[in-house]
Amino acid sequence: MKPGFALETGFQECEEKPGFALETGFQECEEKPGFQSETGFQGFPMPMAESDVRWVEEPKLGFWDQLYIPAMIDGLKTTVGHMFGKKVTEQYPEQEPKLPPNYRGVHRLNRDGEGRVKCVACYMCATACPAHCIDIVAAPSPPEWTGREKYPETFVIDELRCIYCGMCEEACPVDAIELTTLYDLTGLSREQMVFDKEKLLSVFDTTTNAGTDPIRTKSGRLGPASDMPI
Amino acid sequence: MPTFDFTTLAIIIVGLMGGVLGVVGYLTLAERKVSAWIQDRIGPNRVGPGGLLQPLADGGKFFLKEEVIPKHVDRAFYLMAPAVAVITSLMAISVVPFGGTVAPPPPQADVAAYTAAQTEYRSKFSAVMAPAIDVGILYVFALGSLAVYGVILAGWSANNKYSLLGALRSSAQIISYEIPLGMSVLGVFLLVGSLNLESIAGWQADRGYWLVLIQPLAFGLFLVSAYAEGSRLPFDLPEAEQELVGGYHTEYSSMKLGLMLMAEYVHLVTAGFIVSILFFGGWSLFGAEAIFDGTPWLAAVWKAAILIGKMLAYCGFALLVRWTIPRFRFDQLMSIAWKVLIPLAIANVIAVIVVKQYGWKLGWLTILSAGLFVLMGIVSVKWRGSVTMPKRAVRKLPPGLPAGVTYAGK
Repeated sequence: MKPGFALETGFQECEEKPGFALETGFQECEEKPGFQSETGFQGFPMPMAESDVRWVEEPKLGFWDQLYIPAMIDGLKTTVGHMFGKKVTEQYPEQEPKLPPNYRGVHRLNRDGEGRVKCVACYMCATACPAHCIDIVAAPSPPEWTGREKYPETFVIDELRCIYCGMCEEACPVDAIELTTLYDLTGLSREQMVFDKEKLLSVFDTTTNAGTDPIRTKSGRLGPASDMPI
Repeated sequence: MPTFDFTTLAIIIVGLMGGVLGVVGYLTLAERKVSAWIQDRIGPNRVGPGGLLQPLADGGKFFLKEEVIPKHVDRAFYLMAPAVAVITSLMAISVVPFGGTVAPPPPQADVAAYTAAQTEYRSKFSAVMAPAIDVGILYVFALGSLAVYGVILAGWSANNKYSLLGALRSSAQIISYEIPLGMSVLGVFLLVGSLNLESIAGWQADRGYWLVLIQPLAFGLFLVSAYAEGSRLPFDLPEAEQELVGGYHTEYSSMKLGLMLMAEYVHLVTAGFIVSILFFGGWSLFGAEAIFDGTPWLAAVWKAAILIGKMLAYCGFALLVRWTIPRFRFDQLMSIAWKVLIPLAIANVIAVIVVKQYGWKLGWLTILSAGLFVLMGIVSVKWRGSVTMPKRAVRKLPPGLPAGVTYAGK
């Protein structure tokens, strides 16, 4: 027996179903219990239960539908209604968009209560970064900085390489790096878009003053390391 | 024929061409604005107050764009196609009245009467570039079908499958829809007894009612065919962006693309004028057109304003329809033309002939038109679209086929 033959026998007695199922894409009839191909292949199970399949009847066109004009008037009602309806356009440069507080924009490096960089140069963010856009050079922290051993001598983020996934701030044990809601990131050259430590700290200064703090790390519980006295 | 006065003619030609191209420019803006409004957007509003200078910016951009002529095109035809498209569409305007007109006098019994009628006719002003063309509308139809050459040349010379497909679709579509287009207005010609557009407008103005009232079916057929003829949505298959990139003008850039697009809008304007004249009384407005008859220049401006207003209303309706009805499939397009529009148009012509022959009141035509339309609906319900939209037999797939296996059984 040829392998294809079993399929054909399975095909012959297929119960007629009305209409067609949108969900499945093609009309499939119920599997006969005895159906099995020569190779023992049972067929892939449906991705959804048969009871979840909703059979949709194709609507029959009546007299008014065949005249086409009522349908067209209906359509015109919709289009004309929208024409004079409320517009959703934002006039961008004049009208700033209202971004959700968890928007992931430009990074910032947070300062601690004494204005020092909060970062402890642990390389967690650089390790977590899927785009490898963070470059940190660690150095022993000055002796007067109590409670920590290292601080970042340089902390550089290539903002063009970054994919703004937010994994760096998730990885950061002291909540030193955060993504702000600044979205209009521009520059005249690639070099300008590589932000160093000073730039990132200045982003912190502007955003804390402007009241556009990100909410992710502010709200709820912070990581245990961040609450440690530094 | 009115006297050939070079100055007047030059003014009319320059004014009309400039006017039409200006309207075309602002139609592009209107198209973008209306599309935006319908989609809950604002639309172009940066150039000038409320975006009113956008057409200028667009036109300037077309001129400044790099002129790309691909290596693989047939150069002669490639360069000729936009010219053909624009020339034919602009030529069609020449017989179309754009304001108040005087119908040319009918044939007279003897030479003296003829001379007197002609002198009288010449003394009056007609707002047409070429007045008293007796083939009138036939000339417009002829040029409308010539316009398909622009499309075919563009599609063929581009040496590109998308363009060629677009051109093939376009030629099939335009040839098909020319039949209902011409047939639907046959009834109008029979009623008026003239092909001259000024006479048709005059006929309606004399009687005080519009032909759409006694030929509503013909109007519907004409409207549908005119959209198809002008490749407007829902019949824009020749340039269906989603399927054919840009259709026949895929390979064009710079002002050549601009000319192609311009030709389409000129078609729309011409169709607007023709619909207004054939079915909506031209420059007549239930007596309101005679308000300023005391001052000739004001009367001319007023009548032109009425007619142009009607034309613009038609264009606005086209813009609305564009976002209301989705594009037809190609077989549906052909079915509509050959199985619905043409039979209906023939039935309509027969109805007009019967009414004329037996001298019935013209009001009967309205009833007959409505009856034909309803009959068509009943027939469609009865046959369930088995003629116009035959269903393909769909083979059901056996259950449990591995993904990607298509069933090739009997």
